Amino acid sequence: MLAARVIERNVLAYRRLWVAFLTGFAEPVFYLFSLGLGVGALVHSVTTDAGTTVEYATFVAPALLASSAMNGAIFDSTYNVFFKLRYARTYEAMLATPIGPRDLALGEIAWSLIRGAMYSAAFLAVAVAIGAVDSWWGLLALPAAVFIALAFSAVGMFATTFMRSFLDFDFITLAIQPMFLFSATFFPLGTYPDALRLLVQATPLYHGVALERGLMLGEVGWGLLGHVAYLAILGMIGAVGVSRRLARLLLS
Amino acid sequence: MAALAVLDYFWVVYRRTWRGSVMGRFASPLMFLGSLGLGLGSLVDSASGGVNGVSYLHFVVPALIATQAMWVALGESTYQVMAYIKWNRMYRAMLATPLGVGQVLFGHLTAVAAHLSVASVIFVGVCAALGTLSGWGLVVCIPLAVLTGMAFAIPLFAVTATLDSDEPMSIIFRLVVTPLMLFSGTFFPIDSLPVALQGLAWITPLWHGVELCRAAVLGGAGPGLVAAHLAVLLAYVAVGAWAARRTFTRRLVP
Amino acid sequence: MSDVLVRARGLTKRFGDFIAVDGIDVEVRPGEAFGFLGPNGAGKSSTMKMIGCVSPVTSGELQVFGMDPATHGPAIRARLGVCPQEDMLDGELTVEENLWIYGRYFGLSRREARARAQGLLEFAQLTDRRSDRVEPLSGGMKRRLTIARALISEPDLLLLDEPTTGLDPQARHVLWDKLFRLKQQGVTLIVTTHYMDEAEQLCDRLVVMDGGRIAAQGSPRELIERHCSREVLELRLDPVVSATGTTGAARGVELLGEAFGERLGERVEVLPDRVLVYTDDGEAALEAAHARGVRPISSLVRRASLEDVFLTLTGRTLVD
Repeated sequence: MLAARVIERNVLAYRRLWVAFLTGFAEPVFYLFSLGLGVGALVHSVTTDAGTTVEYATFVAPALLASSAMNGAIFDSTYNVFFKLRYARTYEAMLATPIGPRDLALGEIAWSLIRGAMYSAAFLAVAVAIGAVDSWWGLLALPAAVFIALAFSAVGMFATTFMRSFLDFDFITLAIQPMFLFSATFFPLGTYPDALRLLVQATPLYHGVALERGLMLGEVGWGLLGHVAYLAILGMIGAVGVSRRLARLLLS
Repeated sequence: MAALAVLDYFWVVYRRTWRGSVMGRFASPLMFLGSLGLGLGSLVDSASGGVNGVSYLHFVVPALIATQAMWVALGESTYQVMAYIKWNRMYRAMLATPLGVGQVLFGHLTAVAAHLSVASVIFVGVCAALGTLSGWGLVVCIPLAVLTGMAFAIPLFAVTATLDSDEPMSIIFRLVVTPLMLFSGTFFPIDSLPVALQGLAWITPLWHGVELCRAAVLGGAGPGLVAAHLAVLLAYVAVGAWAARRTFTRRLVP
Repeated sequence: MSDVLVRARGLTKRFGDFIAVDGIDVEVRPGEAFGFLGPNGAGKSSTMKMIGCVSPVTSGELQVFGMDPATHGPAIRARLGVCPQEDMLDGELTVEENLWIYGRYFGLSRREARARAQGLLEFAQLTDRRSDRVEPLSGGMKRRLTIARALISEPDLLLLDEPTTGLDPQARHVLWDKLFRLKQQGVTLIVTTHYMDEAEQLCDRLVVMDGGRIAAQGSPRELIERHCSREVLELRLDPVVSATGTTGAARGVELLGEAFGERLGERVEVLPDRVLVYTDDGEAALEAAHARGVRPISSLVRRASLEDVFLTLTGRTLVD
């Protein structure tokens, strides 16, 4: 399992960056307090798309969990991977060993899943502590967050292999920011006109948010498996794409 | 005006790279208006009938002009400055000419102010074009947003020049910038925060910028209050400039 | 097969329309130091990458350790040590971590990787810098660390792509010393270089490459004997235009041509900054030139080198 060596290298590199690592926990928690306390005071309660009426903090917590899984995965799989691919040429050095492009792809994706899972677990604990989780199904929110991280890190890394300079990351922001703002994160899908609703439902973050919200609010049905399938397929396509692209770029 | 020569450089770079950033500049007001103004606004307005007597859209949009200026300023004054100091050593190349540290600094800051102006004009233009807000107050927001941005950019120039690596930057973003944005009164009035957090808002530039823009569009702030907000922002600019001059000199011509 | 580590027959590498390596035949035997000498763009690095199994062969045959890189890449790489042209050290790790994580990539146990890293720190004279990051190290230190890193798996074959390019003379000599010791320990080396002194110092056998092809091969001594005279007379001529309208240099070349044109075994090569006369007796040639009225600013008689071999074969200098 040479992919495990790629993870080992990242653990080694991150040992000195533990402060940055720890602060990663803080960000989604800030969002939760700000939206829950501040905006919550203005909105009071929300009726979800499934028909339950909940406090705003409870409504928004699953969406923040999904978004932070997305953001963490994107950060790891885009900026960090781009740096190692184009500037530090870390991968080129690694490919001079028995490690191959597929090991690189699997290792990097697995690493961002591990980080994502740790962040998600911490956020979930805070959400439980402030009473924003209504159901025991909420325990499954953690593995669900891993699926979200899988989809975004694989696709993000795939996109990164096409980047030519750091300027191209403007396009990543251009894709991520609207998803963060519109994937039924801050207000229910029902707020949209019908045409827009279909558009929103096509985005990966929407499926992540809907999955987390279903689990944390206990609105559980077979439909949730559809969201899981969407994320898993996206992750699979991304992972295959990444190892092909790395082979093309580094073994020419 | 030797600093003009420095500005020339940034102009050349901008002409090569503006596409990605301008797309973002147009997209960001559209997205924030849609998501926060309309989407979240519909929840707020139906639950509380707006904020302080105005719709949530009117409450949040002027504040977003200031907040977006902060984001633009951050982008231009952290990684960008680090790149010029360390990665491509552009500052050093400039200082190898007859230019002095002060001129290089002034030139770059002028370029940042230009970026801020473009971003703010576009944001305000989009708001006006969509008919969400109108009036001269919106125009006044442009210089106010630029001032708010510079109140971040200049002190951050000073800080960045002291950093050895970019690692602390992500920490600054997570522990300083994100909470600032979230607790600065942009998305909800700060009186709903605990008193300690309110005090935090008072000392940070963003809250003052947000209040100024809001006052310009919605009115209702006395001249004394406006002067106080302006004074805080100008103080950040002045102290930042003094510090940046020092840290740049120490870093670039030791 | 075991007596040949690398065997190439008609090995070709094409990037689109550009032919980087144009059908070369090479054999590298165990224990020898084999060199690819040639200017930038001769196809040396492309050849190295194919041998290192990080660049697919376009056509022709290549076997490393008797295996085909296309199908046995990881197995071949497991027995190779690679020191690439650019260091590509891991800037996020310390000196010591760079060594031992590389050992882990090769599947060494933690304990084994740590033990070997200790020894290699000493080999690279970096023991006191073990806990430092890589970035502040000097160019020579980085190169030594890169070579040490390539040795962590105790490879059967070490590939060195331009090992001393960009280093100052002292750092180069330190490195040559290290490489020479490795050779004595029986490590097989393949070196690419565009420095003739490096090739002469390190290589038992080498090929001279130009434009993707092999121009000549043999030991440094054989190559010089086969393609060059014993000595070289180097003359610097006055470039200033004289009253007659010709430069001193042009007149000098003319005179030299008259002096040596008819004599067997002597040849004149005109370079932008100097003129070379290939001869078996440099002092005699200098006297002959003086007798003809050539008045050089300076003159030097030296032994022929691989640089001269390259010039003779291709009409161009190695480093431009």
